Amino acid sequence: MSAQLQFRNVTLGYDRHPAVHHLAGEVAKGALLAVVGPNGAGKSTLFRGIVGLLKPLSGSIERGGLGIRDVAFLPQSADIDRSFPISVFDFVALGLWRDAGAFGGIRGRRRERVQQALAAVGLTGFERRAIGTLSGGQMQRMLFARLMLQDARLIVLDEPFNAVDAKTSADLLHLVEHWHAEGRTVLAALHDMDLVRNHFPQTLLLARGSVAWGDTAQVLTPDNLVAARQMCEAFDDDAAACAAETASARAA
Amino acid sequence: MIHDLLIAPFTEFEFMRRALAGVVALSLAGAPIGVFLMLRRMSLVGDAMAHAILPGAAIGFLISGLNLFAMTFGGLIAGFVVAILSGVVARNTELKEDAALATFYLASLALGVTIVSMRGTNIDLLHVLFGNILALDDQTLLVIAFNATITLLAMAVIYRPLVVECVDPVFLRTVSRAGAPTHLVFMALVVINLVNGFHALGTLLAVGLMILPAGIARFWSRDITGMITVAVVSAALSGYVGLVLSYHAGVPSGPAIILVAAGLYVVSVLFGNVGGLLRQWFPGRHLEA
Repeated sequence: MSAQLQFRNVTLGYDRHPAVHHLAGEVAKGALLAVVGPNGAGKSTLFRGIVGLLKPLSGSIERGGLGIRDVAFLPQSADIDRSFPISVFDFVALGLWRDAGAFGGIRGRRRERVQQALAAVGLTGFERRAIGTLSGGQMQRMLFARLMLQDARLIVLDEPFNAVDAKTSADLLHLVEHWHAEGRTVLAALHDMDLVRNHFPQTLLLARGSVAWGDTAQVLTPDNLVAARQMCEAFDDDAAACAAETASARAA
Repeated sequence: MIHDLLIAPFTEFEFMRRALAGVVALSLAGAPIGVFLMLRRMSLVGDAMAHAILPGAAIGFLISGLNLFAMTFGGLIAGFVVAILSGVVARNTELKEDAALATFYLASLALGVTIVSMRGTNIDLLHVLFGNILALDDQTLLVIAFNATITLLAMAVIYRPLVVECVDPVFLRTVSRAGAPTHLVFMALVVINLVNGFHALGTLLAVGLMILPAGIARFWSRDITGMITVAVVSAALSGYVGLVLSYHAGVPSGPAIILVAAGLYVVSVLFGNVGGLLRQWFPGRHLEA
């Protein structure tokens, strides 16, 4: 199976400080991959790099020819202005951007698709509600409805089940599995190891670099988890330039 | 009696009809811009930009006196320069947009006042600061109408990306590259409408017909289309009532228009059905669900 994502010795970070350091590897098309690791391991940074919100400091990420509209992203703390006067229906309809663009009307078939997406996440009847009136769980359901409409080949979810109740996370997990069954590539950053073990065949254990990557059962061993915990959060204002980087620059 | 009070000023005097046409054009284009400024928490940015256009208008004035095109053109250039420079600084450095803008508009305002005082008299400065809507000639009216038309067309084009940029900017960045151009076009429209308002209301009050109606609209509608409608209507109504007031009471027209808008704002804060104070003080019994 060909690769949907290739990390070519990629380093991602902020202001020259790496948060993901020299990551190499690939994610197969249609994979369902959990990305786990302690806080500060670089999960969100990696995802921002994958969806193109952050340029690598070095190396590159290949997306198997996918364009910007073939990738759907659920950020960890969505930077959404909840006081903005927009209804749930209109907000979810934004997921049709790829199809409708900046000018297309939302009528007929497109309207039906929005209704179906709302029904699939259990938000039928919420169409006219302002987004500011939703609870945390309803908000997450609404964001999933928009993701559905984006109809993307690659779906990147940053801690999608945070702060939602068991019923909601079970419903949303069901959607994730459905996307996987449809052959889409899904990456999700997660903290619940039981959930990962039970539902995600592949796992990347991240702690700035890859600690282990492969079948979930082999990755989530006690030794690997301890190693990951020890490798995180190395931020030094006075750090020297990366030696590997200097060496590869010299070789080039 | 009512005819004399409300209609006669406009049927009898051409300058009143021009003023009314001008203020309606300003309302149609400026009020929707004001709504977006408010929703983006940029209400004071409009105010700052209004000061930023001063040196351009002043240089135009210095070169060719109270010449409409020179002052419009100069104002547009100064406004664009400040908008683009602060946008570039905000997007590429740690500084947020408000802080970047504050620096550039203050420098721009200081430069403007210096230029006006180098040549102008106090009367010129008063014209620049407060405008004179009762003295709109054909050319000025055409410029205002032209700018308003451009604004409405451009808003139709950028409307959806603009809404998305307000409500969920990260989403816009992941589905489209329209974010930065949309922001720039929007800031350009802000400048165009400030220059527009500048002729009628002067640099200090130009922003008034954009921001006050937006504030009013927030208290009467929960959705953006409704807000834009309320904002346009209340801006035009303030313009009309302000002109009538200034005609009968002999007060300056620009400030009269803004004061009427401020009055509508106070009424809205008190009685508005979306979050008005009265609704909060006397909410009625709670509902079943």
